[in-house]
Amino acid sequence: MTEIQLDPGIDRKIDTSAMKVTDEVAIQITGMNKWYGSFHVLRDINMTVNRGERIVICGPSGSGKSTLIRCINRLEEHQAGQIIVDGTELSGDLKNIDKVRSEVGMVFQHFNLFPHLTILENCTLAPIWVRKVPKREAEETAMHFLEKVKIPEQANKFPGQLSGGQQQRVAIARSLCMKPRIMLFDEPTSALDPEMIKEVLDTMIALAEEGMTMLCVTHEMGFAQAVANRVIFMDQGQIVEQNEPREFFNNPQSDRTKLFLSQILGH
Amino acid sequence: MSDTHAQTVAYVRNEMLAPSDPPLREAGAVKWLRENLFSGALNTILTLASLLVIWYALAAIGPWLLNSVWSAGSLAECRAILDGTSGACFSVITDRWHQLLFGFYPPQHYWRPVLALALLFAALAPVLFPALPRKLMIFTAVYPFIGYHLLWGGSVWFPVSVALGFVAGYLAYVLLARVSTLIAVFGAILAPVFWWAFAAGAFDQTMSSILPLGLEFVRSDRFGGFLISLIIGISGISLSLPIGILLALGRQSDMVFLKSVCVVVIEFIRGVPLITLLFTASLLLNYFLPPGTTFDLILRVIIMVTLFASAYMAEVIRGGLAALPKGQYEAADALGLNYWKAQRLIIMPQALKISIPGIVNTFIGLFKDTTLVVFIGLLDPIGLSNAIRADTNWNGIYWELFIFIAALFFIFCFGMSRYSMYLERRLKTDHK
Ligand SMILES: Nc1ncnc2c1ncn2[C@@H]1O[C@H](COP(=O)(O)OP(=O)(O)OP(=O)(O)O)[C@@H](O)[C@H]1O
Ligand SMILES: [Mg+2]
Repeated sequence: MTEIQLDPGIDRKIDTSAMKVTDEVAIQITGMNKWYGSFHVLRDINMTVNRGERIVICGPSGSGKSTLIRCINRLEEHQAGQIIVDGTELSGDLKNIDKVRSEVGMVFQHFNLFPHLTILENCTLAPIWVRKVPKREAEETAMHFLEKVKIPEQANKFPGQLSGGQQQRVAIARSLCMKPRIMLFDEPTSALDPEMIKEVLDTMIALAEEGMTMLCVTHEMGFAQAVANRVIFMDQGQIVEQNEPREFFNNPQSDRTKLFLSQILGH
Repeated sequence: MSDTHAQTVAYVRNEMLAPSDPPLREAGAVKWLRENLFSGALNTILTLASLLVIWYALAAIGPWLLNSVWSAGSLAECRAILDGTSGACFSVITDRWHQLLFGFYPPQHYWRPVLALALLFAALAPVLFPALPRKLMIFTAVYPFIGYHLLWGGSVWFPVSVALGFVAGYLAYVLLARVSTLIAVFGAILAPVFWWAFAAGAFDQTMSSILPLGLEFVRSDRFGGFLISLIIGISGISLSLPIGILLALGRQSDMVFLKSVCVVVIEFIRGVPLITLLFTASLLLNYFLPPGTTFDLILRVIIMVTLFASAYMAEVIRGGLAALPKGQYEAADALGLNYWKAQRLIIMPQALKISIPGIVNTFIGLFKDTTLVVFIGLLDPIGLSNAIRADTNWNGIYWELFIFIAALFFIFCFGMSRYSMYLERRLKTDHK
């Protein structure tokens, strides 16, 4: 049997030297449940993420992937179980929530840039108002990250003047300006055209190469195979299977996973 | 055959084209007329019909306006000059303009309202035009006290003692903010209340006896004319926007109690005619206040007009809030901005921008509604026009007075409307 080889989506070679999983726990989720009204959307989620891990979460539509990662920075509230991020437990305590949110970056499917602010202002807003960084310094940091995502020349434009791919890269830069220790991505490429998907994936891979802890909901299986150290498959609000990518793609165990993979990989 | 076909399909450009200027548009008045007024039969008919209407209107009003009399001591004198021809008698304006503008404000003090108005524009400038230095906002903050003192006069220590209450609130907030935001907010509310209730009066009296400074006091019943419209309109406008924002946020809040209070306030005030609120202000309020309190009628009216406009404002702003995508709230949350910072930096700038037409609509409506105070006996321009007619000299004159009053209101309302258009253009960053 030949191994499945997926296209990582970018043209360069990926440097894996700095992608190291450490022993330090970044996120610990135990016995977590969530309901929307009477609808049991997440069921008994248990999962530990160590610092340096790159986790890809996949699964059919409506399986609760977005809900899961949105619980990690409490955009959604869980009703049972425990979520501990960087040693801080997420509960009703607003101080803890703010602390976690300023350390966890999030990138959305629809970018959610602030349309009334320039690109540079989008990037400096949170550092200035949340971290109390002086404006000058915040702008320098912002330019640094805008260069990283390869659009420093757009700094003074407004989001509406940028292409989708550029907007998503700004959104990534905006999160990075808060110097997060963990990055969450919720289908960052699924609102984009193929050419733009590539530039966003490239940015995300560069981030992984620097050793960022990442949780990424995506259907880009090439990205998963090239970058992830673990792939989690969800269905009906539960974690059905998780494995390192090679095993996951070549030797899926559960029937649901097999079905999902055959649909998404088209064989 | 296939050879030529292949040649026409495959194509390689050898030379790149340099960019060139866009073609010049054809110009000329005739072309403009043809395109804008006479393009097609229907448009030609509409153009001609409009011209006809304009012609009739001008033919009716024009001679009357052109044949106007500007200096006469009474309507009878005016008629004598006109000698049976049709003509406007604007001499009533030259005779009584000061009353229409200032009411019965003492003439030797006219400079005070004029200066207050000039300073008002200076105070508004940094709010309206962000290009001006932010430091000017300090003047905007102290303007209400300066404006009050110029208009009403009295001891200068009274507005100072009121202002010190706000300073006390600010200091309490800054000092307590280190302990906890909630305590700081309570402190910021309690400190001024205590100051006003227990210390401000004594402070006013002592300072006045040590250093009696001030302008001659002018009683509220001397105020009138356009001055009163401006005082009520501008106070109402500048207070109703922040109160409206708070009501709108309260209505959106998750806190059930706060939410119901806001809903009840908004729905009650919107459900009641302004004139009822004004009568309440002028007649009923005295029953509810502790006996002996004198509570200025103009101030009472300002409170009622403000409440009325705030309820409308709240709904206009709620519309703007509803138009914002949920993603904006989520992005602000995800970046760690707390509720007030998210509101101030992300949500309100966008919601208010969307609501500009509705907000300005409410402003203009409020400003024109100030003429309703005539029904509770305040002498606004309409009230004064009645008073002027009560004089035998001018008994029976209507149009000229109303044209003058309309022109005054039009200048201010049109100004607001133009400013809002400028603002919308300046804030347009979505590039749709
Ligand atoms: N606010 C909400 N209220 C009620 N039900 C919701 C809400 N948000 C999501 N759901 C439901 O919860 C389930 C999981 O939603 P979720 O968005 O997490 O799915 P997903 O795995 O991200 O799907 P997709 O791939 O389509 O994004 C879905 O069935 C959805 O209908
Ligand atoms: Mg989703």
